Amino acid sequence: MHRIAHFLAVVVALGVTVAACADDESLDGMSITVLAHDSFVISEDALAAFTAQTGISVSIQTLGDTGTMVSEAILTAGNPLGDVMFGIDNTFLQRGLDADLFEAYESTNLGGVRAGLDLDPEHRVTPIDFGDVCVNYWIDAVPHGVPTSLEDLTDPANAGQLVVESPETSSPGLAFLLATIAATADWEQYWTDLVENGVSVTSGWEDAYYGEFVAGGGDRSMVVSYASSPAAEVFFAAEPMDAPPTGVLLDSCFRQIEFAGVLAGTQNAAGAGAFIDFLLTPRFQEEIPLSMFVFPALEAAKLPQEFLDHAQLADSPHLLDPAEIEANRDAWVDRWVEIVLR
Amino acid sequence: MVTVTSRLTRWVTVLVPGAFLALFFIYPVVSVLGRGLGRDGLDAFSDLASSGRIRDTIWFTVWQAVVSTAITVAVALPAAGIVARLSGRRQRLVRALVTVPFVLPTVVVAGAFEGLFDRFGLDSGAIRLRHTVWAVLLAHVFFNYAVIVRAVGSYWSGLDGRLEDQARILGASRWQTFREITLPRLRPALLASSAIVFLFSFTSFGVVLILGGPRRSTIETEIYRFAVTRSDLSSAAAMAVVQLVAVLALIMVTTRLERRRPVTVAQPQRASLAVTRRWLGANVLVAMLLLGAPIGTLIERSVSVGDRYGLDNYRALGERVQQLPAPATTALWNSLVFAVVATSIASVVGMLASVVVVHGTRWLRHIFDLGLTLPLGTSAVTIGFGILIALDEPPLDLRTSWWIVPIAHALVGIPFVVRSVVPVLRAIDPSLREAAAVLGAAPGRVRREIDVPIGLRGLVVGAGFAFAVSLGEFGATSFIPRRADLLTAPVALFRLLGTPGEQLRGQAMALAVIIMVMVAAAVLLIESARSSNEGSI
Repeated sequence: MHRIAHFLAVVVALGVTVAACADDESLDGMSITVLAHDSFVISEDALAAFTAQTGISVSIQTLGDTGTMVSEAILTAGNPLGDVMFGIDNTFLQRGLDADLFEAYESTNLGGVRAGLDLDPEHRVTPIDFGDVCVNYWIDAVPHGVPTSLEDLTDPANAGQLVVESPETSSPGLAFLLATIAATADWEQYWTDLVENGVSVTSGWEDAYYGEFVAGGGDRSMVVSYASSPAAEVFFAAEPMDAPPTGVLLDSCFRQIEFAGVLAGTQNAAGAGAFIDFLLTPRFQEEIPLSMFVFPALEAAKLPQEFLDHAQLADSPHLLDPAEIEANRDAWVDRWVEIVLR
Repeated sequence: MVTVTSRLTRWVTVLVPGAFLALFFIYPVVSVLGRGLGRDGLDAFSDLASSGRIRDTIWFTVWQAVVSTAITVAVALPAAGIVARLSGRRQRLVRALVTVPFVLPTVVVAGAFEGLFDRFGLDSGAIRLRHTVWAVLLAHVFFNYAVIVRAVGSYWSGLDGRLEDQARILGASRWQTFREITLPRLRPALLASSAIVFLFSFTSFGVVLILGGPRRSTIETEIYRFAVTRSDLSSAAAMAVVQLVAVLALIMVTTRLERRRPVTVAQPQRASLAVTRRWLGANVLVAMLLLGAPIGTLIERSVSVGDRYGLDNYRALGERVQQLPAPATTALWNSLVFAVVATSIASVVGMLASVVVVHGTRWLRHIFDLGLTLPLGTSAVTIGFGILIALDEPPLDLRTSWWIVPIAHALVGIPFVVRSVVPVLRAIDPSLREAAAVLGAAPGRVRREIDVPIGLRGLVVGAGFAFAVSLGEFGATSFIPRRADLLTAPVALFRLLGTPGEQLRGQAMALAVIIMVMVAAAVLLIESARSSNEGSI
């Protein structure tokens, strides 16, 4: 009996949902699905605030890392797994745009976004947050003073100090390769020099940061990580500390921008748009620093004190046009493999 | 009436596992391969064939799997013999404990191994294990030790030891007795579990990437690279076909070997393999070093807080950190629920399938045996992507359903159940069944009263693995969308490790230790449930 009641409840709920979707005018009672990568976090309070404000209920589905999420979205294009995607970044953006993953939507809150983040004039995607991938160093372990430029990494004084992630399997690894391509006159020569200087390569960030870098007991004092990593070291220290043990080489940073977009083929475009608007309100934007350790795109969002004190941002980060990245990525990575791994 | 029910039973026995396999494995895999190879399939194959990198990859995949399996069997077989000789309660405890490594997330084990290499000076200088094939082999033995010890140990303890006793009385040496009497009799279980170890090593992903380093690739890592990093579905599909063909060939060979001349067991009795103290001591030492050292490192890390020891990391798991949508304890609960459901599905489907594999018609036997082992040797990408494009229309839009996670876990758990139950069922002395039939028992009753109780012995072994497989999130689930509020423990662990900071790392280690304790407790519980049943054989 109980089971039958449960079943009926589900049927009624489904009926209500279908009815609600049929009515485009009212968002009240609509439910939307957000696709995101595994690192996406939104607090229950924020979700509840959104539902209270709009009447839309939200279900979040995570799909692995950014590459997996984008590949799966391309695979299911036309019959998408959800209504909104969060987390496609500028290294994957063009691939998503080429596959027509998104419907244009111009957020009402786009005006408050920092300059330089909005990369799509057609508004198929909306910038939500950004951060820098940079070389980090362990202050007490660098042998000859802290590095200040990319050239310092090829200096024999720093031989055997750097560990990087492979761009074949790691997102920060790819970002750092892109930084060197954007920053140096001859990136292939630069990596040849890094190899001569004893650069070590791991498959993923965890193995680099915790396996070879000083932080996890390794013996290398420089690692490719994020500009916000020092702030996390302070915020999540085992014993309270005033200053981070690590620093950031600001000359080595590649800027990653994360976007959200309305997925083409959605039946709930209006609700999806409302959610993108919400992602650009201070309510969500001010959660971003401590939950995802990146910077909010909204200029007016207030940063928590720990972040203001210890997280850094490059003044002139390296950037490449998403279309250029997409056109050359495979060839660049193949060439990198030949230089560094063979 | 009797014939109607027995016919119905027969249909259910075939249809349930058949439909499960067709719907959740064959249909998705065929769909994704079809999509990938659709337009320029042949080109994809010729591109692969002309690539030196791919040839190296296939060669490395095969040989490392062969060597991993050989070493695992060599290290674990003596332990299986020792386990077989232990009394019921001790045997259950040891079998539960050896399951622990099996469930640990690769990234955590890799970290523990590298910590050990570092501590014992194997990280630099003359002997360097980090990013070598040796590290890969070592880790494969670590993960798969349990497969041999549990499956072979359980089977071994069901063998009648009097044959060995007689051989010894007739003057055979211990080694002779083992080689000529025990080993041939162990063959069915040994082949079945070696095949599993091979498949796991063959499709190894995290171990190869992390411990093997970025220079090594297997078919599995290449499928990932093509499908995910490059969104090149046709190359990924061509690679997946190569993987499927290789795995099919292997399963066919082992099935043939396995079916040859099974040795019958009438009544289980404690095996009486004579083990010298020295051998026992040496083996225990190897096991302790191999399994104990990385696990010890993990436990130590979970209780270190800065420069001191304490339980702070464990206490912190009850509160939500910003990196997680819910506290880690909620994730543990979710994992437990998924594991219980997945184990139930795998047990029912696997048990029915085993009956078909043993008693079905020739063709059914072949198809079930092949089909139900295949998911173990199929890339997680293939299954995950396949489910996404195949099960996407009502009434079967399961892509974002709650059920898809335990179903995907069960898909990997079922081969364990089948491969543990089938050798046990095959070993039932036919005269036992005949006797029952002569005494007037209907075929259904014979099955219920003879096959089921004896089959349960294999089932508890398989179910223990199915539980561990689910708790450790093996296979396709990394490529299936999942509700963020149904966060599981391994996913929570990855997220904790994804942001720097000693607290988060400590909490991740504490979470890993709790996962270990959970799997040991669950396996112990499952095996104890069997012991109350044992009298019925």
